Amino acid sequence: MISLAGRDILHAWGKFVFTGVGLGLLIGVTLSMAGIYRGMVDDAEVLLDNSGADLWAVQKDTLGPYAEPSTLADDLYRGILTLPGVARAANVTYLTMQVRPVAPNQAAPNQTGVQAGSPAGDEAARERRAMIVGVVPGGFGEPGQPPFLVAGRHLTRGHYEAVADVTTGFRLGEQVRIRRNLYTIVGLTRRAVSSGGDPMVYIPLKDAQEAQFLKDNDAIIAQRRRTAANPVFNRPGQPEVLDAVLSAQTQSSSVNAILVRLEPGANADEVAADIRRWKHLTVYTRAEMNEILQAKLIATSARQIFMFLVILSVVSAAIVAFIIYTLTLGKIREIAVLKLIGTRNRTIAGMILQQALGLGVIGFVVGKTVATLWAPIFPKYVLLLPGDAARGFLVVVIICVLASLVAIRAALRVDPAEAIGG
Amino acid sequence: MADDTQGIRIEELRKRYGSGDTAVDALRGVDMAVAPGEVVGLVGPSGSGKSTLLKCLGAVIEPTGGRMILGDQTIYDNGWRIRDLRALRRDKIGFVFQAPYLIPFLDVTDNVALLPMLAGRPNGESRERARELLAALDVEHRARAMPSQLSGGEQQRVAIARALVSRPPVILADEPTAPLDSERALGVIRILNRMAGQYRTAVIVVTHDEKIIPTFRRIYHIRDGRTHEEAGEGRALD
Repeated sequence: MISLAGRDILHAWGKFVFTGVGLGLLIGVTLSMAGIYRGMVDDAEVLLDNSGADLWAVQKDTLGPYAEPSTLADDLYRGILTLPGVARAANVTYLTMQVRPVAPNQAAPNQTGVQAGSPAGDEAARERRAMIVGVVPGGFGEPGQPPFLVAGRHLTRGHYEAVADVTTGFRLGEQVRIRRNLYTIVGLTRRAVSSGGDPMVYIPLKDAQEAQFLKDNDAIIAQRRRTAANPVFNRPGQPEVLDAVLSAQTQSSSVNAILVRLEPGANADEVAADIRRWKHLTVYTRAEMNEILQAKLIATSARQIFMFLVILSVVSAAIVAFIIYTLTLGKIREIAVLKLIGTRNRTIAGMILQQALGLGVIGFVVGKTVATLWAPIFPKYVLLLPGDAARGFLVVVIICVLASLVAIRAALRVDPAEAIGG
Repeated sequence: MADDTQGIRIEELRKRYGSGDTAVDALRGVDMAVAPGEVVGLVGPSGSGKSTLLKCLGAVIEPTGGRMILGDQTIYDNGWRIRDLRALRRDKIGFVFQAPYLIPFLDVTDNVALLPMLAGRPNGESRERARELLAALDVEHRARAMPSQLSGGEQQRVAIARALVSRPPVILADEPTAPLDSERALGVIRILNRMAGQYRTAVIVVTHDEKIIPTFRRIYHIRDGRTHEEAGEGRALD
């Protein structure tokens, strides 16, 4: 049996290919949107994986540390360590902020409180928004530490070292500024991102605690002046009270969460219940934290992406329908002749359907190719899953079938008598 | 008079459009008979019912009354009709139009072979039959060409080959020479006569082309929905 659709496509291949490429770019955007959603979910999974925790102990009645602010005293972890089933517990802080590399000639021999010069233009251009993670220096296996490195070493010193995700663009040995302090990049890791897709920069916990509350010099002086002027803190004959208050104001003993790793075989729900009961904290298991991230933190973005997917699908369907309808209208006389000489309706419908599917296949191949090619260029992680591609292909096929119905209806309504004059 | 046991015969064929006060009788009892191998002309002014008669003969529209017999098969009989008119058009009727209406995305061979291929015949056999017809019509050398590469006369010869490919007992030609000059128009009529004789096909040529009317041996004049037959000049074509 001759393929009328195939012959028509070969005859006007340029028109089909260019139309297919246009449709393919639209399908590519659609696949990329799905990939961005998958990337967001994967980022959330990776965030939890990278923490290396089985339980998250956070401020009571909060959804912290990723979805809501959470503040805990940094000595609470000791009590948690004594509970049965707990193998390790470590404080962690999270703070999202701008981090910029510093030119070598501008990096003063850093120590705390030393204000280095302004970064040069190149460094300013490489400034990145990052999630600063304060972790207890140690090494492999500590909760909160990056799970693996692709270069360099883990944090081992108590101050001014950093491990960064490679997507920050920072290099080993390079210095970066966080608040007023400079940190040397000693290690690089990969796929360490926040739920929002920002790359992570790990620094020692004490530095991170300080960074969360550190003010500029003018603000510190103003605060000291205000405190000294307060008679409650500056009592006559009791200068040690003022010293104690000022000291407390410049130090932070808060963390955002305690990451808990369980002993093998320990029941997560039972240990979580113990922590809630004895430490009066809110505790989340891995499943609960996953639910918080996906159902609360990225739910709005996911709905937005879903709406884009729906709109793009409708636009794709409209484009295919319009193209196929226009192509069919251009062949009305030939269709009338075909019907007059006895061609079956199903042969004509099949020709139009095959052309729509051909257009869809060209569009899908182009779309999948461009989505794969431009995925690495996206600033956010785009995860293209084979399953999504298969589902996308199925949707394209359904759209093409539906879109061809209008043209098929028009073709079947053609009167074969139109081929005869009069 | 034509042999009435084969070819095509119609008796008292009527066609009414609409109903009540607005009804129009396009055909008011048409009689016609064309024998196998015979080429007759159907001539009439605009609005005389030519196209309606052609559509009834081509099983595109159903007559309101009368009979139509194609070969030994009754097609219409006063309100009754055979069930599958589409298959009838495919297997028993060949069409040649004013414009060739070749399928632009098929080459010449496949344009001719299309009908048997769509009917399920093997592609090779269908193309072989097409090539035979193209050779008979002297367009074999354009077998691989696309319709847009052919001259008007060549396109019309390919259209005739397409009409003959199913070996139909009747060919209906609707103004087949209208776009052609005298020489080419006579060439087309010459081919139709040759093919009619060679394949024992009855050919009805609807025309008002003064160049070709003298070539018919029999002519049906149609006026106000009725026909009357008269002998033509039968001018020699060679």
